[in-house]
Amino acid sequence: MNHLSCRNVALSFALSALAASGAIAQDLRIATEGTYPPWSFVDAKGTLTGWDVDIANALCEVMQVKCKIVAQEWDGIIPGLNARKYDMIVASMGVTEKRKQQVAFTKKYKNTSSQFVARKGAFTDTSPGALKGKTIGVQRGSIQDAYLTATYPDSQIVRYDKTTDVEMDLSAGRIDLLLANRVTSLLGFLKSPQAAEYELVGPEYSGGLLGEGNAIALRKDDTKLLEQVNSAIDTILSNGTYDKIVKRYFDFKLM
Amino acid sequence: MLEFSIMADALPSLLKGAGLTGRLAVLILLLGMTIAVPLAYARNAQSIWLHGPAKIYILVVRGVPSLLQVFIVYYGLGQLSFVRSSVLWPVLRDPFWCVIIALGLNSAAYTAEIVAGALRMVPKGLLEASQALGLSWFQTQRKVAIPLAVRAALPAYESEIILTIKATSLASTITLLDLTGAARLEVSNTFAPYEVFLTAGAIYFCITTSLSWLLRRFEERLSTDHRTGERSAKKLQPVLPALTNH
Repeated sequence: MNHLSCRNVALSFALSALAASGAIAQDLRIATEGTYPPWSFVDAKGTLTGWDVDIANALCEVMQVKCKIVAQEWDGIIPGLNARKYDMIVASMGVTEKRKQQVAFTKKYKNTSSQFVARKGAFTDTSPGALKGKTIGVQRGSIQDAYLTATYPDSQIVRYDKTTDVEMDLSAGRIDLLLANRVTSLLGFLKSPQAAEYELVGPEYSGGLLGEGNAIALRKDDTKLLEQVNSAIDTILSNGTYDKIVKRYFDFKLM
Repeated sequence: MLEFSIMADALPSLLKGAGLTGRLAVLILLLGMTIAVPLAYARNAQSIWLHGPAKIYILVVRGVPSLLQVFIVYYGLGQLSFVRSSVLWPVLRDPFWCVIIALGLNSAAYTAEIVAGALRMVPKGLLEASQALGLSWFQTQRKVAIPLAVRAALPAYESEIILTIKATSLASTITLLDLTGAARLEVSNTFAPYEVFLTAGAIYFCITTSLSWLLRRFEERLSTDHRTGERSAKKLQPVLPALTNH
């Protein structure tokens, strides 16, 4: 009995030493959102798919690691990373000062902009003054949430768990406008049949609270992995893999 | 480890959320009770046209998760264009009323089961006696059955109250900033789920424990023996079986 437990302890020590010797030897756990088409969503067969999932898989192939991609609700995605539930976030996350206090970002892997969506002809001016008293839907904890909270104090801001919920309530008429990533609206909501009466309104917004493009987030102490992911991003950008993945979803460039 | 400053910063908005949680719980319980009493009588009725629908309602509502019921009322009904053009839309448009309707209908089913059970516990002999004394059905219910049923139902209804308070957290899934909703918003601003959710949990705990303490006091008062002034919750119980034996 004593013997056996001794051996077990020795074995587990050996295993953890093996795992610690190189992060590469371990499976890499990656979180994405899963309710954010076309970037990450669950398809009809129940598999997690989308642009971010393809990018994550391409990066893993370059880094020669086995990856496990999981879906995680947006407002818990950064705490989950820091609680070591997974090792990186590939979820079209906007780089902001506030998030930089929590996580380390790789180099940019996508440019983004945000734009309002509303019923056709309902709005032309989307300045804070013009939207005074209007109800604007947004995803809780998103860059658009931070932007609206700071810039549109006289509008009523309604916060949702996921962008698909915001879209549902726009078509139900509970909110007057939504603010979201422009491409997400263009390729997700505005392509759906119930969205025929809706359009993008106002200018494209970017920078400041809306972030400096999207990047992959890692824990701050994972400096070695950060280097590896950064060089993997360089590889897929230069060898054409990145463009190939973009073409699967979009007929325009993302960066 | 635990950052108390985050907890302190979150407290004002969490307490504001707790206010909404309280308002929701009160209205849900009121709606639930209003529907539950006639539903309980229907459930205990002889006629299948009365007890059949009542039993089916209770069975269906208790058999479906309350989260789904909230989603059906909020997202489901909002998708139907005839609902959106109906007079009910101003009510159903508002997430506040959606939660009250969904959870109120839910609470009605559970409460009806409690009330129906309590009414069945009233000894038949007592009801027959009061009718023999010339009391009408309504008088019998009001003066004999209901006072006894209230005492019998109170312990079970107490847990229904506590469960309803906790169920109001589902309001956070449809944009309301109740205690849970306020906590989730704080978490997305601070990235500190541990501190914020612990604080919110502590607030729920304070509300539910102090409320169940109050309800137990109330229960004790109800079961006070008026002749001796003796307070005992058990006093009433031996009397009831003794009556049924006659």
